[in-house]
Amino acid sequence: MDAIKRKKRIDRGIKVRSESIYVLSSLKEMAYLAAPRLLLVGGLLILPLVLQLDPYWGRVALSAVIIGLLAISFDFLANYVGLLCLGGAFFYGVGGYAAALLNEELGLPFWLSLPGATVLGAVVCTVLIWPCLPLRGIYFAVVTLMYPLLATRVIEAFDILGGTEGYMGITGFPSAMVEAYLLIVLLLVGLFGLRRFAATDQGLVIRAVKDNDQAVRAAGIDVTWCRTKALFIASLFGCFAGAYYVHSYEAVGVSAFALDLSLLPIAATVIGGGGTLIGPFLGSLVLVPLGEALRDFGSLRIAVYALILTLVIVFRSEGLIPFLWRKYSQRESWVKL
Amino acid sequence: MEIVVYGTLQSAALLLMAFGFSLVYGISRLPNFAHGSLYVFTGYVAWLLLHETGLPYPLAAGGALLASGLLGVLIYQLVLKRIRGMEMSEVIATYAIGLMILEALRHWGLRGTTHTLPVVSKGTVDLFGVPIDHQRIAVVVCAFGIVGLLWLFTKTTRLGRAFRGVAQDEQAAMMLGIDTDLVATIAVGLGAMLAGVGALVLLPLGSIVVQSGYQVLVYALAVCIVGGLGSWAGTVAACFLLGFAQHLTVAYGRPHYQMVVMLLAIIVTLVLKPSGLWGRQKELEERV
Repeated sequence: MDAIKRKKRIDRGIKVRSESIYVLSSLKEMAYLAAPRLLLVGGLLILPLVLQLDPYWGRVALSAVIIGLLAISFDFLANYVGLLCLGGAFFYGVGGYAAALLNEELGLPFWLSLPGATVLGAVVCTVLIWPCLPLRGIYFAVVTLMYPLLATRVIEAFDILGGTEGYMGITGFPSAMVEAYLLIVLLLVGLFGLRRFAATDQGLVIRAVKDNDQAVRAAGIDVTWCRTKALFIASLFGCFAGAYYVHSYEAVGVSAFALDLSLLPIAATVIGGGGTLIGPFLGSLVLVPLGEALRDFGSLRIAVYALILTLVIVFRSEGLIPFLWRKYSQRESWVKL
Repeated sequence: MEIVVYGTLQSAALLLMAFGFSLVYGISRLPNFAHGSLYVFTGYVAWLLLHETGLPYPLAAGGALLASGLLGVLIYQLVLKRIRGMEMSEVIATYAIGLMILEALRHWGLRGTTHTLPVVSKGTVDLFGVPIDHQRIAVVVCAFGIVGLLWLFTKTTRLGRAFRGVAQDEQAAMMLGIDTDLVATIAVGLGAMLAGVGALVLLPLGSIVVQSGYQVLVYALAVCIVGGLGSWAGTVAACFLLGFAQHLTVAYGRPHYQMVVMLLAIIVTLVLKPSGLWGRQKELEERV
């Protein structure tokens, strides 16, 4: 009979030391803390320069970052607030249409319509989804799943907002570099801002809503109001992604509410590791190029995403980032019992 | 009169689509988001058996039902069993499985409107002066037959009582020696077969299209939310309410608005009476 073994995990010394204020006393420990963050920031800032060489994959990388924004919004709602939103495409579509309206109908220039659409779209999304906020768990998931479907139907049935054709000829970005760096810088600001926000008192209450909403309610805090705020923040991310994409492609149509846009961020979150915010982003950097490679398969692409999603959820449910973080901060070895 | 008859038909159709979902969620708290896909899957398998292997209709229908039930059991045993209790994972996994089935079917041949199942018989009858074809009668009979049978099943048989026990309190049921895993497996299998029955009687009225998979899921969820859980009467009543509402929109509005009606029904229910019109069980678990 084989000897029974157990995996032993011990925190690295440097991880323990760098947890307190004394980290400031040693360059090595500061580097240990800063390295992953600098790697991310540096990598993203260099990315457009590298991808300039190949415009096609540059486009793919940009759409990966956009999906990453949606994934961060999904992750924030699901793992910080406890609202499972299966209709991420709704934020995206509303943001996109808001940008198109502001730009075409009101004639605003792009540097006004992009932020305008982000805020306006987020307000619209929050108001529309607000009645469903008292719902929990699968009920919220279900209702949000219906929103993008409904939006498509409404636009087609009433023939509003350009009907099935959508809008064309929206102002584009002045140059490719502005386009890339605007997205990346805003992504970084959003990402780190959201992490900061989650660490504040407000963020603490919002996370408490996820863990035990009855307790939060018993403490005299309005649960629905907390969720409303969180939903608004998540919609800002989603709507920005939509508005940005519309400006980048200079057109918008009902495909802005497509199923892919709801599913991909979820898959990215599961693969990257939920609850980490950075994980979903990395997940989308993996998934979107993979999807491009699978473009020949047509509609089977969604089936492949779904298969990956199921396999990861069943066999590797922790995701990429928690796994990497464990390797970074702990030593593992097998111990004989 | 026409409105009453067609409204009832629509309600029965909704009941057939929604009952399996509500059963599985009611018993084992498993949201089976693959419900709509199982519906389309059964229809397609029945079509394949009929047209590719040339089996007679009863055999093909039975085979398709069996396949659907088996798929349900497999989904539970291979996937859901491992992630039981993690609500988010359950939703995402079943949703992903549903998409996988639907998109794979779309890829392997299920396109256009050429796939149809045969109706039970072609004739029509006059009911209070309204002509109705036999298939629609079959829909009503099947819907209420199934509800009646399941009601008897849960009230009289040992397994049915075990179902109710698990629905009320899973841990207490476990303590009393009920194998909750087995019950959940059977429930998911049964739910899948109910989706299959729905497909076999409803699909002959139109054609088998991938889109109806999403539609069935949305309808099932609408019924569950409006009716509230833990109440059979609630599910049936919600079907009637939504069925008539749908029929009226089609009759006096445009068919496009059907989905809008569903969503409005959900939102109005949530705002006015958040636990569902007839919901009794586990209210706190569903809503804040």
